[in-house]
Amino acid sequence: MDLSLSTRTVGDRTVVEVGGEIDVYTAPKLREQLVELVNDGNFHLVVDMEGVDFLDSTGLGVLVGGLKRVRAHEGSLRLVCNQERILKIFRITGLTKVFPIHTSVEEAVAATD
Amino acid sequence: MATVELRFSALPEHVRTARLVAAAVARRAGVDEAVLDEVRLAVGEACSRAVGLHQSSGITSPVKVALIEEEKQFSIEVGDEAPRSVPGGRDAGSAAEESDPETEEDEMGLAVISGLVDDVEVTAGEHGGLIRMTWPTTPPATVLA
Repeated sequence: MDLSLSTRTVGDRTVVEVGGEIDVYTAPKLREQLVELVNDGNFHLVVDMEGVDFLDSTGLGVLVGGLKRVRAHEGSLRLVCNQERILKIFRITGLTKVFPIHTSVEEAVAATD
Repeated sequence: MATVELRFSALPEHVRTARLVAAAVARRAGVDEAVLDEVRLAVGEACSRAVGLHQSSGITSPVKVALIEEEKQFSIEVGDEAPRSVPGGRDAGSAAEESDPETEEDEMGLAVISGLVDDVEVTAGEHGGLIRMTWPTTPPATVLA
């Protein structure tokens, strides 16, 4: 399975819906998408990971890179994820302390710092 | 010899194939179904790291994966041929290596592996590196049940 990406705007947030596998091969596509969104002035991102089947450290690196980019513009990057196997990777790497992780897109969109 | 051996060109698109094969052989060997996700992730991390090392060192030889079924355990060895100085050595070049972003990504992969796998050995020398990961297996009768 490959990586699927789609974006939509909800209020002042940009929701990036990700599906499939984020690994060393597909992660560059996600990086390009995040860079493009930030370059176009979208600084409040919600990455919906509910359709993600696989995530590795390359994918984590891309998300951290995205966070650094939006923070440079006082923006935010929130994640939506309920899958235990994906959440586990954020926990063992300590990234649950870095990313706000929400249970639904609605919750992430409504969240403020 | 290994139960299954895999050699692939050091390209990111082949890492997925290695994950799928490793998970299939692990399942057959009797690795617990709940642990297969960890096997898949760990072998993917090890292969991504090897691909990165080969590419950054300009090595054209393939990455090697050995899937080894033994009594009561299943092991995966991922070998690369990227030469490096002895790990942990504090020679003159090590300070520069540590600040290299590629080295950092490499360490992130290793962090995931050591967080996932209890039994893991990482060795490296002038002829390349090897990551050996081992999981316990349950008897086939339990697998079929």
